[in-house]
Amino acid sequence: MSTTLLIIQTLNGLQFGIILFLIAAGLTLVFGVMDFINLAHGVQYMVGAYLAAAFTAMTGNFGLGLLLALPTALAFGLVLEVLIFRHLYDRDHLDQVLATFGVILFLNQAVKFVWGAAPLFVPVPEILSGSIEIAPGLLYPVYRLAIIAAGLGVAALLYGLVNHTRAGMLVRAGATNAPMVSALGVDIRRLFMLVFGFGAMLAGFAGAMVAPILSVEPGMGDNLLILAFVVIVIGGIGSVRGAFIAALAVGLVDTLGRSFASNILRLFLDSGAASQTGRALAPMLIYILMAAILFFRPSGLFPVRR
Amino acid sequence: MKTFVKAAGVAAALGLMASTALAQGEKVRVGLMLTLSGPSAVLGQQARDGFNLAVKEMGGKLGGREVEVIVVDDELKPDVAVTKVKGLVERDKVDFVVGPIFSNVAGAIHKPVTDAGVFLLSPNAGPSVFAGKGCNPNFFAVSYQNDQNHEVAGKVAQNRGYKRVYLLTPNYQAGRDAMAGFKRHFKGEIVEESYVPLNNLDFQSELAKLAAAQPDAVFTFMPGGMGVNLVRQYRQAGLADKIPFLSAFTVDESTLPAQQDAAIGMLGGSNWAPNLDTPQNKAFVAAYEKEFNAVPGSYSMHAYDTAKLLDSAVKSVKDLSDKKAVREAIAKADFQSLRGDFKFGANGFPVQDFYLVKAAKRPDGKFQTEIVEKVFDDYADAYAKDCKPAS
Repeated sequence: MSTTLLIIQTLNGLQFGIILFLIAAGLTLVFGVMDFINLAHGVQYMVGAYLAAAFTAMTGNFGLGLLLALPTALAFGLVLEVLIFRHLYDRDHLDQVLATFGVILFLNQAVKFVWGAAPLFVPVPEILSGSIEIAPGLLYPVYRLAIIAAGLGVAALLYGLVNHTRAGMLVRAGATNAPMVSALGVDIRRLFMLVFGFGAMLAGFAGAMVAPILSVEPGMGDNLLILAFVVIVIGGIGSVRGAFIAALAVGLVDTLGRSFASNILRLFLDSGAASQTGRALAPMLIYILMAAILFFRPSGLFPVRR
Repeated sequence: MKTFVKAAGVAAALGLMASTALAQGEKVRVGLMLTLSGPSAVLGQQARDGFNLAVKEMGGKLGGREVEVIVVDDELKPDVAVTKVKGLVERDKVDFVVGPIFSNVAGAIHKPVTDAGVFLLSPNAGPSVFAGKGCNPNFFAVSYQNDQNHEVAGKVAQNRGYKRVYLLTPNYQAGRDAMAGFKRHFKGEIVEESYVPLNNLDFQSELAKLAAAQPDAVFTFMPGGMGVNLVRQYRQAGLADKIPFLSAFTVDESTLPAQQDAAIGMLGGSNWAPNLDTPQNKAFVAAYEKEFNAVPGSYSMHAYDTAKLLDSAVKSVKDLSDKKAVREAIAKADFQSLRGDFKFGANGFPVQDFYLVKAAKRPDGKFQTEIVEKVFDDYADAYAKDCKPAS
């Protein structure tokens, strides 16, 4: 367990956390502001990845592909909102869960219909390919550093938008008391639509960013969706700041746990038992973290005041 | 009295002939049970296409009889597979079930099919439980026994004199079998047995550990999308040129379209490769590429072979309800396999050659695996000796 390995794994944890944040930010806004459970949020991540893959293949340039994918993901989110989700806001949570689960099944099958079942290939952009030597013998891919940078940029942008603009103020107000905002003459439906589209675009952005390092395939968002829910529950539903802190915590705990759980346990147990227990324990760590945080702060780290 | 016996004999013979004539005119019914949805659907599609290609080339017939092929999707869910396979056996009254892709599905459908007296021919899965004590006269694996491709990798590591090898597989039965298979012929030091959760997609932290351990080689078994991610991240982390990459079911024609240049030069264990130099194989690869615009993988090759095997068996028996005759005809394996040498062992698993293969880019820009060297000749699996064939 050398220091360099620890640094590398911390970077890995950060990068994973950033991706989680991009997905969870939209989810927490939609859930917090509209009180709407959107299971189909993970599918929007997948759609973003497919759009980036398709546009990159079309233009031959990942940067252009990303630029085209973002507005398309936004438009796609808006279309979904108008066609389906808008009719669900006033229904109870079970109806929302059932309907959005149906959207998952439909879209997973639809991308397979359009692009085939085989994973798609997106090349890493030329300037960001390769790796830099962080420490002697330990290389770190440049593209992953770029993901961290892009994610931090988006986090800063979101902070500015939510805390220092009029739209952001309305969003915060809507999260606290939507009927009152509506009574003050704000078109709450349009606000919801914008929040929804923006959330879909963020998830799409996350999907597009990971397309060159992960395989783009049907159902790729389903596993991340569960983690995104863990993140927003830890962070406090409706809080972007909470989602940011929680996403990084989950990313770091998961990555470091998987790498070092066995090593740490070896201090107390014999080698075989330690690696066995470490393997079993590592995937549970984030849920233990969630349980512990909810025990002390039942509505998450940064609950939205009601 | 004597004349009566004679007459009865003649009558019986006539009756037999009549029923044979009837049977020969009947259609052959084959059920294809493959994984055709979900992230691993491409494997099932390859097998389906390979089988259909063979049937098409034989004029829509097997052994000279009209054939009806019923394709069902097992969804990679053992419970769904059992329900659907019962439908094939009881409602559709198929003579043969060809499938599945995944070993956990094989475990579920094996009993309902073989107990009903229907033959189960696997175009991919070859789990060890059916190769040894649990062998069944109605089950044939046309592919391999699961351990064997891993054994190839272990043997290669041993032959090349690697001292320290790092193992990386998903944490489920097939992953543990892969490590066991690798260790059967590799006698050096295992630096680390690293298990990742099934369907893990980001390997960055495993790769950091791997790089820090600095082994002589790495062995992995990461089928489907996991393999795509691992290979690309392995290349991006700059490890591909430093630490030799040995694998099984990780770099093949189902994953290469997504791995592309990242996989070039990576090694795998296999019983076949598209560039295997036999006239039948060349014709098959050309026909498959023309029809489906993709390079065939071992999944399509096994399914194609299965159709040819059924053709030879149906041709040589008069009556498909004579299970004993059909079984003997299948066991004979009287067909020209695309792999060249092929015969069945007593446990219904193949005895065949195994190769070390390497991912390569062809002049036309497509990717395929190519044979580096033959590792095992006429190789039977380690479990065959435990199989006591029922007479």
